[in-house]
Amino acid sequence: MTRRLLRYSTSSRQACRRGFKMAKTAARETERRTATVDAAGVYYRELNELIRGLVGEGCEEIVLNGVNGQRYIADGLTDEVRIIINGVPGNDLGAFMDGPVVIVNDNAQDGVGNTMNSGKIVVHGHAGDVAGYGMRGGKIFVAGDIGYRVGIHMKSYREQVPMIVAGGKAGDFFGEYMAGGVLVLLGEGSDERPIVGQYLGTGMHGGTIYVRGEVSEAQLGREVRTFPLDDDDLELLGGLLEEFASDTGIDVGDVARAGIVKMRPFSHRPYGNMYVY
Amino acid sequence: MPGNILPSEFLVQVDHQRCRRCKRCILNCGFGVFDFQNMTTADSSKCVACHRCVTFCPEEAITIVPNPLSFREHSSFDVDKRKAIWKQAQSPGMILTGMGTELPWLNVFDHLLIDACQVTNPSIDPLREPMEMRTYLGRKPDRLEVEKTDGHYRAVNPVENCIELDVPIMFSGMSYGSVSLNTHKALAIAAFRLGTVMNTGEGGLHKELYPYRDSIIVQCASGRFGVHSDYLNAGVAVEIKIGQGAKPGIGGHLPGEKIGREVSGTRMIPVGTDALSPAPHHDIYSIEDLRQLIYALKEATGYKPVSVKIATVHNVAAIASGIARAGADIIYLDGFRGGTGASPAVVRDHVGIPLEIALAVVDNQLRTEGIRNWVSIIAAGGIRSSADAAKAIALGADAVGIGTAALIAMGCRLCQKCYTGNCSWGIATQRPELTDRLDPEWGADRLVNLVDSWTLEIKEILGALGVNAIESLRGNRERLRALGLDQTTAEILDVKPAGM
Repeated sequence: MTRRLLRYSTSSRQACRRGFKMAKTAARETERRTATVDAAGVYYRELNELIRGLVGEGCEEIVLNGVNGQRYIADGLTDEVRIIINGVPGNDLGAFMDGPVVIVNDNAQDGVGNTMNSGKIVVHGHAGDVAGYGMRGGKIFVAGDIGYRVGIHMKSYREQVPMIVAGGKAGDFFGEYMAGGVLVLLGEGSDERPIVGQYLGTGMHGGTIYVRGEVSEAQLGREVRTFPLDDDDLELLGGLLEEFASDTGIDVGDVARAGIVKMRPFSHRPYGNMYVY
Repeated sequence: MPGNILPSEFLVQVDHQRCRRCKRCILNCGFGVFDFQNMTTADSSKCVACHRCVTFCPEEAITIVPNPLSFREHSSFDVDKRKAIWKQAQSPGMILTGMGTELPWLNVFDHLLIDACQVTNPSIDPLREPMEMRTYLGRKPDRLEVEKTDGHYRAVNPVENCIELDVPIMFSGMSYGSVSLNTHKALAIAAFRLGTVMNTGEGGLHKELYPYRDSIIVQCASGRFGVHSDYLNAGVAVEIKIGQGAKPGIGGHLPGEKIGREVSGTRMIPVGTDALSPAPHHDIYSIEDLRQLIYALKEATGYKPVSVKIATVHNVAAIASGIARAGADIIYLDGFRGGTGASPAVVRDHVGIPLEIALAVVDNQLRTEGIRNWVSIIAAGGIRSSADAAKAIALGADAVGIGTAALIAMGCRLCQKCYTGNCSWGIATQRPELTDRLDPEWGADRLVNLVDSWTLEIKEILGALGVNAIESLRGNRERLRALGLDQTTAEILDVKPAGM
């Protein structure tokens, strides 16, 4: 018989108690099931243990103040909880997350929503590289720019359709290997950079990328072509951008007149003819 | 002009005197070799020599022989090279193949000999005395700590947060999708019964296998197929697959034909789309990035052990050191003889280094740095017998992983056509009429028999060596000798030549 020698999941109550002892700064209002945590100087492992403890106790809203680079916040959480982050969270925010809503009132770093399954992450500043890698569901809204390799290998499954909307610009390899889902780039901001970098959608074999503005043929991966918007696109974008506007305050107005182009792969089997037997 | 100028690999002969026209061969062949028009006919060009028809023919009326056709001999452009050129001249593309390399590279295991006791120290009879085969995978403490309770001194648990295996043999990762669900079930049932673990591979874990969670390591590879919070927590450990011995440095493409309803549900991708695993994890471009994913997985699983699987490549010792320092608990070394469901032949046959050498240099490097206890090493990719397993452990492995050997136990004939999805033995296929053939209980029985047999043989070797625990053999290269290896290779292995 194989057996594990240590129980990994201490009961949430214990974890919570230990968490409080470590941070000594959490204040709770059990009535409204909310908690405020001063995260300044708290090591990520303790902070995340504290958050899991609070969620286990039934907290519905957790406000984290003074966050400064702590990694893995909301990592693997599966509960319906709202986490408000004041400060800059570290890498892999919401990795493997399945359900929570995370609001970041500042910038976020790399790996936002890595392999996320459902839930929502709203970043009011910029976000770094590899956001939404392997993401299968839920939404990531970034008010500002996003980095390189965003939305790589996003995939959809049945009712789960992952969506990333960024108000600003993006770097190279946007939507590389993309297998499903929706990426939207709105290009707000005054700098001179092109709205998106090189190799957009390289290896893409599913899903849709929408970009507001000019994308030259040279920026596209070999598997991708540009298409005009149809009624289905307008319906999807209408709802999505309305939600984005209400969360971030960035409103592009009438979607049909916003100058959005659509990019899709023209094959679901880009590597179907690479082999002989 | 003919489309195909390649001769058949095998000739299928039906003895019509003996054939009773029962058509079992037609039903059993996954490759459509047989047909019936007044009598049984065979299209030899489709035959892969998997012997399914031969096994189920009640009259032994079928014979399969290698095509004896003579080719003009040429030591440089040998027949296999000519055949490859004919194939690629016929239709452009990389030649795809399955299983581990078939090229006759030097096999180091076959040049290592194991020691035994004579006169000066007694050997042990394993039938009479207990042999400890228990193996703990995971980080061990830097020093033994002792605490005093009730006047007694006790060791503080030195293997806390480790995985406990009853035998130092586990089943290597083979994804559901490349192999059938019944194959996965057989592996899980056998792992449970043997007190060891099976590895899901990259294709997620079917819900029917969740009850075997204590015998399962779940894998998180670059495609992140079927990876979600429940899945990560469904096993005893999580493995980050960086590479595979049969195809180091390249990704995987599971063709859309193999993505039916069940595979689609487990991988969480639509039916019929290709499942493409990128060559690298795009969130891992450095050791620091690897550390980040290791700890993301630990945070998501309440700090379960994390294994990192790499193909054995030239710089493997330094890479392994980085992996240990990145916080991994287990390093899984997959040698260049390791199997695959599909790989370009050029990569399978020419990329990577042998497991034996990688194992020795990794073990040495970690010892030199004083961090060997931080990680357990699993050796896989070319373990064919209990002798290989014992030699791998003596070279420094904590345990070995078997994949190809496990499939052979369930009937696989190494036809190397896994990528076609036509496996007549119901192993590497998703065709329902074929997958139904493999009874998971039958498969599990055979796997248990195999591992039990190897365990007995390893115990016998330990007894001959005069030790009574597998731990005493671990990294004990003094008990190995090299025969017929060049001096440099023997020095790299840190094994003395026979006679010294």
